[in-house]
Amino acid sequence: MSTKLDATSARERVRAFVAAHRDVTDRVGFLRARFDAGLAWVHFPEGLGGLGASRDLQEVVDAEFAGTPQPDLGKQGVGLGMAAPTILACGTDAQRRRFLRPLWTGEEIWCQLFSEPGAGSDLAAVATRAVRDGDEWVVDGQKVWTSGAHHARWGILIARTDPDVPKHAGMTYFVCDMAAPGVEVRPLRQITGEAEFNEVFLSSVRLADDLRVGGVGEGWRVAQTTLMNERVAIGGEPVEPGGGPIGPVLETWRTRPDLRTHDLHRRLLALWVDAEATRLAAARFREQLAAGLPGPEGSAAKLAFSTLNQRLSGLDVELNREAGLRYDDWTFRRSDDVDMFGRDAGYRYLRAKGNSIEGGTSEILRTVIAERVLGLPPEPRTDKNVPWKGLPR
Amino acid sequence: MSLLYTEQEQDLRDAVRAVLADRCSANTVLARVEGDLPYDGDLWRVLARDVGVAGLLVPESLGGAGASSREAAVVLEELGRAVAPVPFLTSAVLATTVLLRAGTSEAGKILGDLAAGATTAAVAVSLAADPFRPGGNDVVAEDGGLTGVVPCVAGAEVADVLLVPVGDAVHAVTEFTVDTDVSLDLTRPVATVTLRAAQSVRVADSSDAVPYALAYTAGLLASEQLGVAEWCLDTTVAYAKERTQFARPIGSFQAVKHRLADLWLDVVRARAVARNAADQLTGGLTDAARTAVATAQAWCSPVAVHAAEECVQLHGGIGMTWEHPAHLYLKRAKADSIALGAAGDHRDALAGLAGVPAPA
Ligand SMILES: Cc1cc2nc3c(=O)[nH]c(=O)nc-3n(C[C@H](O)[C@H](O)[C@H](O)COP(=O)(O)OP(=O)(O)OC[C@H]3O[C@@H](n4cnc5c(N)ncnc54)[C@H](O)[C@@H]3O)c2cc1C
Repeated sequence: MSTKLDATSARERVRAFVAAHRDVTDRVGFLRARFDAGLAWVHFPEGLGGLGASRDLQEVVDAEFAGTPQPDLGKQGVGLGMAAPTILACGTDAQRRRFLRPLWTGEEIWCQLFSEPGAGSDLAAVATRAVRDGDEWVVDGQKVWTSGAHHARWGILIARTDPDVPKHAGMTYFVCDMAAPGVEVRPLRQITGEAEFNEVFLSSVRLADDLRVGGVGEGWRVAQTTLMNERVAIGGEPVEPGGGPIGPVLETWRTRPDLRTHDLHRRLLALWVDAEATRLAAARFREQLAAGLPGPEGSAAKLAFSTLNQRLSGLDVELNREAGLRYDDWTFRRSDDVDMFGRDAGYRYLRAKGNSIEGGTSEILRTVIAERVLGLPPEPRTDKNVPWKGLPR
Repeated sequence: MSLLYTEQEQDLRDAVRAVLADRCSANTVLARVEGDLPYDGDLWRVLARDVGVAGLLVPESLGGAGASSREAAVVLEELGRAVAPVPFLTSAVLATTVLLRAGTSEAGKILGDLAAGATTAAVAVSLAADPFRPGGNDVVAEDGGLTGVVPCVAGAEVADVLLVPVGDAVHAVTEFTVDTDVSLDLTRPVATVTLRAAQSVRVADSSDAVPYALAYTAGLLASEQLGVAEWCLDTTVAYAKERTQFARPIGSFQAVKHRLADLWLDVVRARAVARNAADQLTGGLTDAARTAVATAQAWCSPVAVHAAEECVQLHGGIGMTWEHPAHLYLKRAKADSIALGAAGDHRDALAGLAGVPAPA
């Protein structure tokens, strides 16, 4: 692009695009055209869904696209939030061209094959092995808690390629073909009754070397890109005062005066303040990003949000009294999506328990803040400079 | 609107911080609280006149800097960080806002002197006054002048002018006696003010200016609380890096680390709500500003107290000593949590402001 895109020209571009595509009614068709026009992620390069513009214009563009066909943020969450930025930052040109467009349109769904039974918080302990065989890799192991694996065409995978070096050095990052022979996805039922996540067994799965993202042994570095984006994505979107997770509680409070008690009132007011402080901190963080001053506050968003969400949904169940004694549906089924607004308080309460576990537990986030933001000394470690194969498991 | 600091605001911060670094170290403040009164007149003159903080909120037409609540808030962050014993909050914010709101020519005359740093003023209300239910006092206007006693007034010892709400009006008096109480907050003590047939000048014909100024000042007090909390966090983090027990820095223990991470998260949000209140107040006390003020007070009061309490605890024995400045911050934070409405008073106000009505 010769001239730099600003907010006004971005808005004009979107308006012109929307006007020109008024008659495109199918979602995928519209999203394909939006990608091709560089209006998927404006900060991505031209030809890859973007215009090479500044990142803060995305908010302007998204606002302007309100009311048009949208990507499915539930099903496409891993793809949009984690796989896309990782492939852009660390993938080859061929990978970018192959994967980004159908990822954006939702024609191909992605999942995250990171956690294992023996490697959760300690992600660098992964034991799934990838062994080179000519132009291919042969992958064996088990992944767990894989959200949406049942929809996924591709998975972002970290596997051990060298067990003889310390754990952080022996991993490699791949795109896993979920349709390949040897990939088996089994649902895991959650406390909400349904199965949002799965266990994924990988038995002699053959992946071509061109599905490797980054160098052999660089898997940890590539995974950091993914995880940083995961925490930003979980931190949430801009909302109005009283919006977001406190919305449904306020709605019940206002429409059901018969349920109000003094104790709940006191606690709800305290949570209102908490929600507003958390909302304003997120707004301030976005302002810093837009001004090109990214601060460490980003890592705070997820921690604050998960605690708040849990307290609010807990209060919500109590506020609902008799309705709080009932539950909408325990049926064991595959879920498409996390529905924090369409379902009952009981579901929200149970699902919110995952917020402080998924994407890095709250304990791990506190350690990250203490060490990386506050600069406190690390804990003594027994797992550094020891070959992975010698670690206790 | 912006929750960030402008370049000018950063410059103002740097100027205030430089003066405080030079003249208001923790040891200086500790030494001052041993005397009769903690207030540091020299420090105040430098800040008021040279840096120009006294007239920040006063319009240029009256001799002030014509700045806004945003700049005043930045000054308060720095004064909080240093628990600086100067009458900025009581004179340059609270009394100044009463006079600005009064808008009379008598008020204008006093404002000119305040802005120039020639005099300071205080408002004869209890520091514990809740802006939503300020209550009255027992001062009466009799033939000979104003008579009465007002307890728990802050900044009166160094005030040349006292602004006294009486009935429906606000009066300015210069003859009054001040008896300083032995106070929890060593750096901003409270005092009993007594008026005996004091001659007065009427500066406002309505008493509305007082609750208005109390709410406005409560919003800016949040920035002082932010400064207090920030000092406590920074000091504790620094100590946790340097203090060694069990052959490792105490900051490497997770029990310590996680508490500090949580405290940091609270302070990050304190900054957001305090900046929001300061920003909203630039347009006066609109409903949005009242909501922002109540939110900022409800959040920052307990955060400042918690930060100071963590500071004492994580310093161990040294944190319990008179010699370490942590107690100055604990005392200020605790007194601030009562000042201008407790957190609970502000949460109660939010019931109406945010549409969360109480049970019938
Ligand atoms: C709803 C949900 C969806 C998920 N989706 C995915 C997905 O799509 N893909 C994927 O790869 N993973 C996914 N996960 C997995 C998630 O990332 C892990 O569960 C998480 O990282 C924790 O790992 P773990 O379950 O092995 O617990 P552990 O690591 O065993 O932790 C158990 C407890 O010990 C604590 N702990 C562990 N280490 C420390 C330490 N050093 N200091 C202090 N405390 C510690 C933890 O905080 C936790 O409380 C999902 C999880 C949930 C709940």
